[in-house]
Amino acid sequence: MTPLTSTYQSDAFVMTNFIDQKGLRALEARCIQEQAPPCQAGCPVHVDARAMLAQIGAGDFAAAYQTFSKTVPFPAIISRVCDQPCRAVCTRGEIGDPIAIRALEQACVALAGDAPRAPVKPLPARGKRVAVVGGGLSGLTAAFDLARKGWAVVVFEAAQRLGGRLWEVAEDALPRHIIERDFAATVLATPGLEVRLGAAVEDAPALRDSFDAVYISTGAVRGDAVDPLTCETARAGVFARAGSEAWSPITSIADGRRAAISIDRCLQNVSLTASRQHEGAYTTTLYTSTEGIAPARAVPLPDARAGYSRDQATEEARRCIHCECLECVKVCEYLARYDGYPKQYARTIYNNLSIVMGERHANTFINSCALCGLCAEVCPTDFDMGALCRQARQVMVAQGRMPPSTHEFALRDMAFSNGDQFAMARHAPGTDASAYLFFPGCQLAASRPGDVKALYAHLREALEGGVGLALGCCGAPAEWAGRKDLFEETMERFRAQHAALGRPKLALACSSCCQVFKTHAPDIELISLWDLLDRVGLPVQAAQPASRTLAVHDPCTARYERAMQDGARRIIRRLGYRIEELPLSREKTTCCSYGGLMGFADRELARAVIERRINESRADYVTYCAVCRDFFAAQGKPTFHLLDLIFGRGDDAAAAGRGPGYSQRHENRARLKREMLREVWGEDVTTAQEGYESIKLDVAEAVQARLEDRLILVEDIQQVIAFAERTGRRLLNTDTGRFLAHYRPAAVTYWVEYRPEGDHYAVFNAYSHRMEVAEETKDE
Amino acid sequence: MSKKPDLEGAEKWQCARCDRPMEIRKVSVSYMDSSFPVDLPVCPECGQVYVPEMLALGKMAEVEKTLEDK
Repeated sequence: MTPLTSTYQSDAFVMTNFIDQKGLRALEARCIQEQAPPCQAGCPVHVDARAMLAQIGAGDFAAAYQTFSKTVPFPAIISRVCDQPCRAVCTRGEIGDPIAIRALEQACVALAGDAPRAPVKPLPARGKRVAVVGGGLSGLTAAFDLARKGWAVVVFEAAQRLGGRLWEVAEDALPRHIIERDFAATVLATPGLEVRLGAAVEDAPALRDSFDAVYISTGAVRGDAVDPLTCETARAGVFARAGSEAWSPITSIADGRRAAISIDRCLQNVSLTASRQHEGAYTTTLYTSTEGIAPARAVPLPDARAGYSRDQATEEARRCIHCECLECVKVCEYLARYDGYPKQYARTIYNNLSIVMGERHANTFINSCALCGLCAEVCPTDFDMGALCRQARQVMVAQGRMPPSTHEFALRDMAFSNGDQFAMARHAPGTDASAYLFFPGCQLAASRPGDVKALYAHLREALEGGVGLALGCCGAPAEWAGRKDLFEETMERFRAQHAALGRPKLALACSSCCQVFKTHAPDIELISLWDLLDRVGLPVQAAQPASRTLAVHDPCTARYERAMQDGARRIIRRLGYRIEELPLSREKTTCCSYGGLMGFADRELARAVIERRINESRADYVTYCAVCRDFFAAQGKPTFHLLDLIFGRGDDAAAAGRGPGYSQRHENRARLKREMLREVWGEDVTTAQEGYESIKLDVAEAVQARLEDRLILVEDIQQVIAFAERTGRRLLNTDTGRFLAHYRPAAVTYWVEYRPEGDHYAVFNAYSHRMEVAEETKDE
Repeated sequence: MSKKPDLEGAEKWQCARCDRPMEIRKVSVSYMDSSFPVDLPVCPECGQVYVPEMLALGKMAEVEKTLEDK
């Protein structure tokens, strides 16, 4: 495996050593979804109240009782006297009353607590003896826990009965038979646990002389200091309860349990202090949003002693909101689709990158993330799945494990944009200096080349100091594909051009370009076109039909570009439109599915992402990214590009119009460059077309849609036909008279079904495969 | 990968250059350092091969994906 030190330096979410177990664990620890709910963390013995309430809510009181009694040794007693620290931290309390957890425990005991309990079966006797001083809840818990672990225990109780302060509780709140029944089923039913009543101990520490360990549950004697973590006292083997002021039955049980753990470890001669951070009550890091949850009062408890009926208990338990985080999963179609959350996903990715032999099932998962950063924005701990997936892709590329087909088409598109047919950078005609450099980006030029021309004319007129023009792609697709090499090469080339033009301020129409330059070329000064237009004025002061409401979709790469967002909104308002803010907008905006090249890894997911976004409002949308605009419109959502409004195309046809297909996008870019060179710089650049480019095609609309779907470009088809016509290598369908030919310009073999018709070729079908067929052709 | 359904209708295509019907032969198909013998229509004269659409978009695409994830 390739050793990894590479990081995505500019990202706050840097994982230098994701490839090792330690890095993985640090990463996993950042996701809080698996942290305990507040009730469980706030309970000194960590009753899994969330699970218990779910079971009660489902009417399964037996399971709920199991959940409760698994943690609490004296369930009937606690169900009557628990002081419920859980309620103080119950999230339901923020929107209504906290859940009546103790009353629900009482219902569990009433409805399922009479089932015969399995006999207590301690571990085999281990030959050491423990003295427990005091037969209250703390001492009895310690005694019961230790006896079950195989240690012989003797409880010394001064009174003639067990239970200590329990007997001070009013009898109607705690009927006495309950005390007796809980102890009979546990302490008194445990082999190896001896109870001595009326056995007052005068010098508790002295018991250590005849026992291997002593627990003084009544508290330390003679003012000895007690370690609050381990209950250790100054004398080895003597443990005591750390003082607690107010009587808390559940804390008493927790204290006894803490002492039992220490004594068990002491008797085994292992560390008393290791891994004890989550004993006792603590504050969980789990975050639970209560947004959208209706407030609800507790189900009234008519008679506290009788408790809830089955139906009342079920109803009360159903008020539990089942605390969990999932903030990122709630807002992200991609994260929701794989039924997990970042902690699990981090391991999935780690495992995928670690496979030496075998199938890498998570490749598609890693390549489907939009890298848009919404998860990090909504995460209470800033967990950024995008940063993780971006790094994983870089690792896959470095390992030579990136599936070649995933990003090839997008990278080919990028290569086209940075090739001679489109790329150029120069000062405005008749000038040799530029204060600004207009960089419209590859997709705006592909989607609305006419607007690019008009914008350039406007900027030259409106701005002082010269406005140069640079056509090309910023390199975002390479960066999204994990191709650091290609990306850096692209960035270097741009930097050289930019320097040669005297380092003008970049005027960017595309928020993705903006993100790329800000991140990777922070020294280059830039301004967004929308901010700029808002300042210098719009090109056309078209009279617009006022008072129409449009919902603004911010492109995901504009997430933190406040000036861009504001500039766009001010322009929209200035043009007479009212703005509706989508539930997820500005820093919480969502990706249109182009980000991270999602659609090339998982087309179905991309469709679902778009579907979700376009259904967030019934209003027509307006956005300032050409790709978002075209993607939404292609799935039926009337969406304006801000330029439509600026250039007076605020009619329904503009919003509904489909963007150009892939081939047309190439053509639009190439033509834009030719036309601008001719119209702006007066240069005629009818470059000599390669042979195949002059081949004229007639492609029916249905076939065009299929080609689009199969990522087959007009130029691919032209090359196949050129090859077939030149060599005669083609098949003939005897029924239809059509030809079928294939050609493999690089890594893909294209097949085209066609028929020559006069000066052009009718195209009926095309398909492709990547596998190479060994064709032993005899050409001559 | 050499099952017959993928070749359904293949007999309608003949080699246009040699004006001859195709014959089913074993052809080696390879991708990402793996290769498999596949029954495909081949022109007995010039060796031109026919890969039907159903095969390219079905089994071949499936195997491509598996090999890419290996």
